[in-house]
Amino acid sequence: MEYILKPWPWYISGPSIAIVMFLLLYFGRTFGMSSNLRTICAIGGADKYSDFFKFDWKSQRWNLIVVLGAVCGGFIAHFLLSDPTNINLSAETITDLNQLGFKNAGDSLLPPELFAWENVLSFKGISILLIGGLLVGFGTRYAGGCTSGHAITGLSSLQLPSLIAVVGFFIGGLIMIHLIFPILF
Amino acid sequence: MKKFLKFFLVGIFFGIVLVKSEAVSWYRIYEMFKFQSFHMYGIIASAVFTGIILLLIAKKTHLKTIQGTRLHVPLKDKGLVRYIVGGSIFGLGWALSGACPGPMYILVGTGAFSILIVIFGALVGTFLYGILKDKLPH
Repeated sequence: MEYILKPWPWYISGPSIAIVMFLLLYFGRTFGMSSNLRTICAIGGADKYSDFFKFDWKSQRWNLIVVLGAVCGGFIAHFLLSDPTNINLSAETITDLNQLGFKNAGDSLLPPELFAWENVLSFKGISILLIGGLLVGFGTRYAGGCTSGHAITGLSSLQLPSLIAVVGFFIGGLIMIHLIFPILF
Repeated sequence: MKKFLKFFLVGIFFGIVLVKSEAVSWYRIYEMFKFQSFHMYGIIASAVFTGIILLLIAKKTHLKTIQGTRLHVPLKDKGLVRYIVGGSIFGLGWALSGACPGPMYILVGTGAFSILIVIFGALVGTFLYGILKDKLPH
């Protein structure tokens, strides 16, 4: 039990994610979390504005069920299977984050500086979360997949487009952390 | 209802793994892009390595899906611009919000409800792509 409660090492976590991908393929589906965003847009009536959302979203219900399960899994893991819940970050990361104004880095899953409501409900706070989400949503559909579809499924099946997309993920991520964060924080 | 149970269970497993691996943590994404820990690279590399092996075994054994069709991964369209530009836009958002689409949903379960704003932003971004799709180079 102690091994379950402690954070799982990468060599358990990584292969477990591959098993998720493989099970979905075995069920005749694919592992793609961002597709659900398109499905939700379609359910919300986005098909009136663009043909991109004109598809049989009912055929994607299984993926929404995966999302529902994932939310429940998040609840179970965080509230029942985690002791402690802090993140064991490297010392350099904690120092760097401290310099950017993030105190107590790693004491919780997410930094309160960005996700606690008193900070979210400011112009800067809400803008960061909205723009961050917007970039993810736009970029993932433009690139035709996210971490699950490209980095895990695409690379596992040795597809060149996915390798290019993952290189893109890192170009964007490195620009954000190394060039934009020092201006933002 | 019964046919959805297996998807629900896979989802639960996925949610547990991503929380226990700490891949849902904004801090871990920051640390990854700073190259200050092997943790996230270890997760991605061992996932891809295991994935390659599993797909090879499936191919060699002509494994069929539960629907009786050949188990295969759909091929992504050929292209360059959409992957490098779209990927980079995704990366900017991933690093800023610390969450890609899977973790966004999972974090709701951990009680971090402000992530719903990120999800809302992601839905708006998806909608904008749908509107602009035909005007963008792919």
